[in-house]
Amino acid sequence: MASIEFRKVTKSFGDSTVIKDLDLTIADGEFTVLVGPSGCGKTTLLRMIAGLDPQTSGAVLIDGKDVTQIAPGQRGVAMVFQNYAIYPTMSVRENIEFGLKNNKVSKEERTELVESISATVGLSEYLDRKPSTLSGGQRQRVALARAMVKKPSVFLMDEPLSNLDAKLRIQMRIELIELHKKLGTTFVYVTHDQVEAMSMADTIVLMNKGVIQQEASPDLIYREPNNRFTAQFVGVPPMNVAPLGTDGAHFGFRPESAVLTRTPSDAWFRYKGVITTREMLGSETIYQVKNEQFTFMIKCYEDLFTVDEHVYVGVPVEKIMLFGADENRIPREDPRAADYLERLRRQGDE
Amino acid sequence: MNNTTRWDTLRPYVMILPAMLAILCFVIYPVFYLLKLSFYRYNLLNKAKSKFIGLDNYKQLFSKDEFYVALNNTLIYTVTVVLLTIVIALLLALLINRKKTRFNAFLQAGIFTPHIISIVSIALVWMLLMEPNFGILNYVLKTFGLPTSKWLQSSSTSMLSVILVSVWHNVGYYALILLAALQSVPPTIYEAAALDNASRFKTFYKITLPMISPQLFFVLIIMTIGSFKVFDTVRIMTGGGPNNSTSTLVYHIYEYRSNNLGYASATGIILMVIIAILTFVYFRVLANKVHYQ
Repeated sequence: MASIEFRKVTKSFGDSTVIKDLDLTIADGEFTVLVGPSGCGKTTLLRMIAGLDPQTSGAVLIDGKDVTQIAPGQRGVAMVFQNYAIYPTMSVRENIEFGLKNNKVSKEERTELVESISATVGLSEYLDRKPSTLSGGQRQRVALARAMVKKPSVFLMDEPLSNLDAKLRIQMRIELIELHKKLGTTFVYVTHDQVEAMSMADTIVLMNKGVIQQEASPDLIYREPNNRFTAQFVGVPPMNVAPLGTDGAHFGFRPESAVLTRTPSDAWFRYKGVITTREMLGSETIYQVKNEQFTFMIKCYEDLFTVDEHVYVGVPVEKIMLFGADENRIPREDPRAADYLERLRRQGDE
Repeated sequence: MNNTTRWDTLRPYVMILPAMLAILCFVIYPVFYLLKLSFYRYNLLNKAKSKFIGLDNYKQLFSKDEFYVALNNTLIYTVTVVLLTIVIALLLALLINRKKTRFNAFLQAGIFTPHIISIVSIALVWMLLMEPNFGILNYVLKTFGLPTSKWLQSSSTSMLSVILVSVWHNVGYYALILLAALQSVPPTIYEAAALDNASRFKTFYKITLPMISPQLFFVLIIMTIGSFKVFDTVRIMTGGGPNNSTSTLVYHIYEYRSNNLGYASATGIILMVIIAILTFVYFRVLANKVHYQ
């Protein structure tokens, strides 16, 4: 078990600086997910923890110790790669015990560990097979077993589920959550998929362009986004955001916060539009409601409307979020908030 | 209906017919003709006087010291050239693969250059370099106070000199093949190995070598076959001498090309059999160590 700390870390590749003066602490024993669009530096952070691409300046600490000078193999971390990086020339057993052999673990202990781990991940029957004869899901398990068998203090995972089909991905998600519960070690998980982040994380670290946007629990990230980027990155569909028409400020609301009616409502924010698309997803239906000014996605739990129907969209005041010109969230206590909200209310009267 | 099915069965054969005809005419037929010749005392001037003599050519072959000398020379040549070329080519490939620098790009182009030059020109230039009295090699050796060599002109060093030229000629080409193999190994595997705390030697031995084993195996077989049939360097540089010290099997065949065609053919057949056996042995011994993706 170990906590991880980044202190004033900068990483450059040639002339381009990907991460600048970043500070971050990843708590011991937590399932932390680094999430963000591609190129945001999340994988770079992960590889710095592993020591595969050491930081240009600053320090990375594992369990309070500066590991800058320590080789990847001696940091007590294990990593699951996106393409699994299984040794194709070795059998499943050899793959799993390669790290143990290098760490001079005795043969009896090795056999015992391999047997027990492979039973845990359901690979017992495949130990003498070559990876090329395994399915994607089984390879994923080999990669997991290879990481688990070393009993690392930190688990690093670089988009480990992105090569699996949708069904298997959901299943592996649950298995990873259970695995984390069982092992209780620090998990650092990188993904670009906010659904994965929301479903698995204790703490989400949301990044964009090498800068941490918000670091919070999935709950907080969803309900109290710090800024427009966070609001629009998280959620399916993401938050509806539109300019307020003054000071470069924006307002937004979650798709499920709006109410659709056939008759005019007296909600705080309201507009009349026409349904242009309808996505029936089973338990919920997502409509796109358009007028000259706004195009918003509205999520309803009842499928009452059809395409081309004219509807009224209404959002209660407590569900509306405001963002300033600097993209940061404007809290309700801010003097500007009341003015902006009033503006929004008047908009509906026009 | 019947017509289409018949055409369906015939079609593949018709399609490979042109290639098969070429193979029959230029590969299968000559091999069998060679086999036939090896049973005759062949008269080049008057074909009618050629005589079937059964296995006499083979008997003569196996009782001749010259043949054993040639066979021995060929074996020494093959083993040395194959080993040296593969080891040096692998080292060069590893060196070039380490970093993408200007120097490495230059090195890569440089080591390949000998391969595009005619072996005749190469042999002639090396003969000049190796000339004992005026050649550059001895001059350099002398400058550094090292003992000089008689190179091609002594039976003790002539074979080594021929080997040197062959290795120099081949090494860049095979280094390029191995380099391509090295570059196709996914870098994440090495990262996984680093996280598994594997030493450099272990990474090379357990990961790099198995990953490039198909190409190594290919190079081994191609080089063995090629080296067994070595001729051009010997023909130009030494003519099999001095004192038969560089006479190889193919050169042996060449020497008998006109005065005893049957005997030369028999030697050719033996050469073919040796190569076939060697390739077979390679496959039996090494095939399960070669990892195909």
